[in-house]
Amino acid sequence: MTDPMATLDVEQLSVAFPGRPVLRDVSFSLRPGEFCGLIGSNGSGKTTLLRTILGLQAPSAGTVRIGGHSGAGRRGLMGYVPQKIGFETEMPLRARDVVALGLDGARLGLSFPSRVRTRKVEEMLEAVDAQAFADQRISDLSGGQQQRILIAHAMIRRPKLLLLDEPLANLDVAAVADIVHLLHWFAHEEGITILVSAHDMNPLLGVMDRIVYLAQGRAATGRTEEVVRTEVLSRLYGHHIDVIRVHGRVLVVAAGAADEIPIAMERHPVHVCEIP
Amino acid sequence: MFASYMINGWIVATIIAVVAGAVGVFVVLRGTSFAAHALPIGAFPGAAAADLFGIHEIWGLLIFAMLGVLGITQLGRRQRRDVATALTLVTLLGLGTLFLSLSGHYAQGVFALLFGQLVSVSRGDILPVAGIGLLVLGTLAARFRPLLLSSASPDLAAARGWAPAQLDLLFLGLVGLTTAMALPVVGALLVFSLMVGPAAAARSFARRPAQAVALSIAFSLGTLWAAIALAYVTDWPIGFFVGSIAAALFTLSEVPRRFSRTALG
Amino acid sequence: MTLFDAIVAPGFFANGPVQTALLVGGGAAVISAAIGVFTVIRGQSFAGHALADVSSAGGSLAFLVGFAPLWGFLGIAALAAMALEAVGLRRARERDLATGVVFGAGLGLTALLLHFAIATRSSSGAAISVMFGSIFAIPSGVVLPALAVGAGGLILLGAIWRPLLLASLHPDLAAARGIRVPLVGLLHLLVLSLAVTLSAMTVGAILSTALLVGPAAAAVRLTRSAGQAVLLAAGLGLVACWGGILLAYDSYGWTPGRPWPVSFFIVSLIFALYLLSGLRRPARLREA
Repeated sequence: MTDPMATLDVEQLSVAFPGRPVLRDVSFSLRPGEFCGLIGSNGSGKTTLLRTILGLQAPSAGTVRIGGHSGAGRRGLMGYVPQKIGFETEMPLRARDVVALGLDGARLGLSFPSRVRTRKVEEMLEAVDAQAFADQRISDLSGGQQQRILIAHAMIRRPKLLLLDEPLANLDVAAVADIVHLLHWFAHEEGITILVSAHDMNPLLGVMDRIVYLAQGRAATGRTEEVVRTEVLSRLYGHHIDVIRVHGRVLVVAAGAADEIPIAMERHPVHVCEIP
Repeated sequence: MFASYMINGWIVATIIAVVAGAVGVFVVLRGTSFAAHALPIGAFPGAAAADLFGIHEIWGLLIFAMLGVLGITQLGRRQRRDVATALTLVTLLGLGTLFLSLSGHYAQGVFALLFGQLVSVSRGDILPVAGIGLLVLGTLAARFRPLLLSSASPDLAAARGWAPAQLDLLFLGLVGLTTAMALPVVGALLVFSLMVGPAAAARSFARRPAQAVALSIAFSLGTLWAAIALAYVTDWPIGFFVGSIAAALFTLSEVPRRFSRTALG
Repeated sequence: MTLFDAIVAPGFFANGPVQTALLVGGGAAVISAAIGVFTVIRGQSFAGHALADVSSAGGSLAFLVGFAPLWGFLGIAALAAMALEAVGLRRARERDLATGVVFGAGLGLTALLLHFAIATRSSSGAAISVMFGSIFAIPSGVVLPALAVGAGGLILLGAIWRPLLLASLHPDLAAARGIRVPLVGLLHLLVLSLAVTLSAMTVGAILSTALLVGPAAAAVRLTRSAGQAVLLAAGLGLVACWGGILLAYDSYGWTPGRPWPVSFFIVSLIFALYLLSGLRRPARLREA
């Protein structure tokens, strides 16, 4: 059932690689301004789901619609912040240039100075609070600074949907808080739909409107309170899962199979998924 | 083809093929393609310098090969490995052209050192080559397990007490020695093919490391013997045959790899 | 004798082969520097090296049959570029092995063709020419086609500039914008093959890596924008190339009768410039 107001509409999406299914029958839809966390442990299919939405991966079944468009037409409506930019060598590209590439990187030819472009780049740099290091090389920036530039790059064409693949991994606590705050601002003030993948949902608890929880190739979707519950996750994983709330944090703990492995880590709890 | 002046060539070639075949298996397993390609190029000026100063070729080759090994390990530490190493080796190559041009043997020297030559092998070459060959094979045998283990899992090897950095250096040294002995016969540009082609082929058919080494040596002997025989008969350069046969072996070995999961590596 | 005369041996600028050398060498330096910046950024120096090695087969064929080496280098390099891109998408380790072995066969072919060229046409200098360049022996009629090849490469590079930058930054980012990343990669390799053509004529097939990668790597260390990097690399390349030609010309007087090889000077100057670029380490500002 298609929600006419939806920015992103994923319907019964299945993705399989030769020999193994990765995602089965995933369905959810997001409205403008909604902040959604795509949560799952490593290998659960988060990146695959994002890439399928982006059009980089073909699904074996199901549809993805963005603002009503399902084919290549949806490209211009999305912004993407990939998982990690690893630089082989010092990349001669200033942070400011990376943001500019977000505007016209797909056009042929050289880019000539343009007042309109410069203004738009400045606006984005201000929005992500990156003016202080805008003229440094992208490869010289810290992880948090790079993320902000990549977000600016993705946002400069004012997409309706912003997809981020594990933006918080490898960031220190302060940088995590910064990025989450920034993304929340985009959702709240600018009405952008945000889909963030993470293996730890705790930094996002305060800002998430909805959650798509991936495990065993299937997804439980809905509001956070509805999904992150013992019954729901146990059904998803296929065996008993305990959801523990401690000091405002959520711990997802697996018990059973060969031995009991309760794991509680203070700052960055990790869910354990016992694969039978 | 088995005239007395050719016998020396056959003997030296046999030793070279055995060593290259054995070392080659580890080159393939450890993924040191770049070094195996680059060290012969770095050793090239050594032969040219030896020619210029009138000393035996093998010493020049050994010195420059070892310099190359040091260069790769030192430069690889700080900067991006391939750019810095490539530049260093190419500069050494340029130096080699200077030596050759000053020695007056520019044209023939270039051809022989790049693409290989058999005629130049003399009785006096056999002993140094055999000596180096024994050293390399002996070290390989003594360090067989650590080298194997560290190519599959450096951490495991380290846990057993064999530091990966030291093993790396040791192995690069072995590649350097192999280079020095093989270069005069096979040519700087084809040493890589001789080391890698037979070894890659052996990897596809063998199930255990020792099997792979034996098979690789067999293929390598076959390659070099065939190359020499064909070069003798047609008068065409050895390097052409080494390159073609090695490539054919490699291509053929890819076929079973596509269909088999039991292949080594 | 003035300082100028000490540095520039008499007759330099009036000398025909020198003029040709300056023009072709200059063209080679510029196009190599420009595409070299991208080759370095993309970590494809090995591919550049392999392309150059294999282009030697084309050069030798040219010597054998008797047409201008320019076309020989160009034809084979372009073919090799397409083959490389076709192979390119596999695991890096396997790819290096495959590339090395297949191109080893190409070098073997070069050996054969050179052998024939030397034997049948008694061009005994063929090996030197093809592998190490023969910049003073370039016929003046080749200058225009060579410069045209260089110009063509620059134009093509300009056309794919932005998509190539984005794809080099992160292939998925580019793909998400609709850029055909494999096509862009192929075009990069094709421009690289054009550069290899010219640099092979200048310093020879095996040494052309220096011209491709050296000035570019030095410039990338020192600049902050790709455009600046290209300009600086071109400048460094020109200094090395023209300086090398000058020194080679001067060296006629050093060891009588035997001038030192040009490619030795050019490559050594490139190396020196690269080392110098490493001395200046810009301070890195990082947030805590």
